[in-house]
Amino acid sequence: MIVIGFGLGLNPMLVVTLAAFASAMAAGYGPLAVVSMIGHGFVENRLLSLPLLALAMVGLLERAGLREQARKLIGRMRGATSARILLFYLVFREISAALGLRGVGGHVQMVRPIVAPMTEAAQPGADEQTRRLLRAHAAAVDNIGSFFGEDVFVAVGSVLLIRAVLAQHGIDVAPLHVAFWALPTAIAALLIHGARLLLLGRRLRRGKAS
Amino acid sequence: MSLHGDTVLGIVLALLPAAAALHHLADRDAPRRYRNAAFWGAFALTAGAGPFLPNLVNGALVLLMVALATIGLRPGAARSTTEAERTAASDRFGYRLFLPALSAPLLTFAGAVLLPKLTWHGRPLTDPHNATLYGLTIGLLAATAFALMLTRPPRDAIVLESRRLSDDFGWAMVLPQLLAALGGIFAVAGVGKVLAAYTADVVPFSSPLIVTSLFAIGMAGLTVLIGNAFTAFPIMMGGIGIPVLVRHLGADPAIVASLGMLSGFCGTLVSPMAATFNLVPTTLLDLRSQYAVIRVQAPTALLLLLVNILVLLVCAFPGAPR
Repeated sequence: MIVIGFGLGLNPMLVVTLAAFASAMAAGYGPLAVVSMIGHGFVENRLLSLPLLALAMVGLLERAGLREQARKLIGRMRGATSARILLFYLVFREISAALGLRGVGGHVQMVRPIVAPMTEAAQPGADEQTRRLLRAHAAAVDNIGSFFGEDVFVAVGSVLLIRAVLAQHGIDVAPLHVAFWALPTAIAALLIHGARLLLLGRRLRRGKAS
Repeated sequence: MSLHGDTVLGIVLALLPAAAALHHLADRDAPRRYRNAAFWGAFALTAGAGPFLPNLVNGALVLLMVALATIGLRPGAARSTTEAERTAASDRFGYRLFLPALSAPLLTFAGAVLLPKLTWHGRPLTDPHNATLYGLTIGLLAATAFALMLTRPPRDAIVLESRRLSDDFGWAMVLPQLLAALGGIFAVAGVGKVLAAYTADVVPFSSPLIVTSLFAIGMAGLTVLIGNAFTAFPIMMGGIGIPVLVRHLGADPAIVASLGMLSGFCGTLVSPMAATFNLVPTTLLDLRSQYAVIRVQAPTALLLLLVNILVLLVCAFPGAPR
């Protein structure tokens, strides 16, 4: 049902709400009970949205020219291409996440005000379609860098969850051992996505990125 | 009624949508101002006052937000600075503009470390298990104050800018929280258990190659459906990872678990249900297609899944090089 809803291009909020209604009613709950369940869950999870408080700061900086300044920085750097900026941010994001600094980055704080404008500014004269592709790439490097970097850090949530799940089955493992085995994939992520970014750079030079 | 720590954080969180709602309400020439004010007002109410309201009221507010998002918020333009003004301002402030944004993570980290140590009459000031959230909140508030002191905007600018960025986000701002709320309601977990039980019956007679592939692809696939590797992980570990790979085939549990989680992350990269990572940036960066970020990530996700299977095959089984 969710797959169909997304396929039809309906608003995702509507799709997941209808799906939740359908599965809860099928399980024998009345409509009012489902509304209460949704309200309860929504309020319980409200602190998930706390990082949004960064929006006020980002808005204030944007009105004072943060994005323009990020573009100027690119104009002054020699040899800065879109692909190299993305590659640099990928490496930076993955290494800082591996050191436990997941807060350094993110779509609100880094990608929209700084990384995306820099990536676009390094490809002057690009058409709108190419610019959208570059912005999508800016979001993607943030995700890929943080996902595959963070598991290398010992005290991160996923390593703790792994230990907890294994402990339920009577298996005890050292956190360092779990974190160590995240390294091969972390390195592969850098190599694979880095190579794709270099290929993107080549396509951009030939002027047919999208 | 005592003020629980989470309640305080929720009230602070409510300030942002409340600012957006008030600004919309005061925007007299905007065509859909009541619709937008209602959306952000409902979000602010659930965040700030939610714990004091009946669940049914909170649920109705959520459904109101879903309805308004479905008919389309289409907010009027917020009148921020013009491009010429911003270019001039960036000449004036220069690279100092980067400082508040870059200081936020440092302040967050400092807050998370220092806050639990503060005491008042021998009692901790903050709830220790929420130290990270307090650190985050205080770090972001401090960075906002820093930005205000640096740029010295007109007094109402912070309300206007909160509204402008909330508009750019739109309904995507609420979606991650909604998905988390509905997570418990979905029957997907049940599907995963059935699938795992079925494979547990069939696969013990198969080769490590097939079981390993099933495990990694199953982790990724289940994560695509749920949108969250953390939820898929216990299901796949309990279904295949531990009974078949570890107990039956003698694989190293730490390697199986680590690579299983990372296979789940490959699924996250292509899941529209992982709204925070894949849908939020499409509205934030004005990308038009909801799948713009997923499309860019998909080839990397697929190749990394193959890498995971390979690492498992080469390293996890007895006699493999460690």
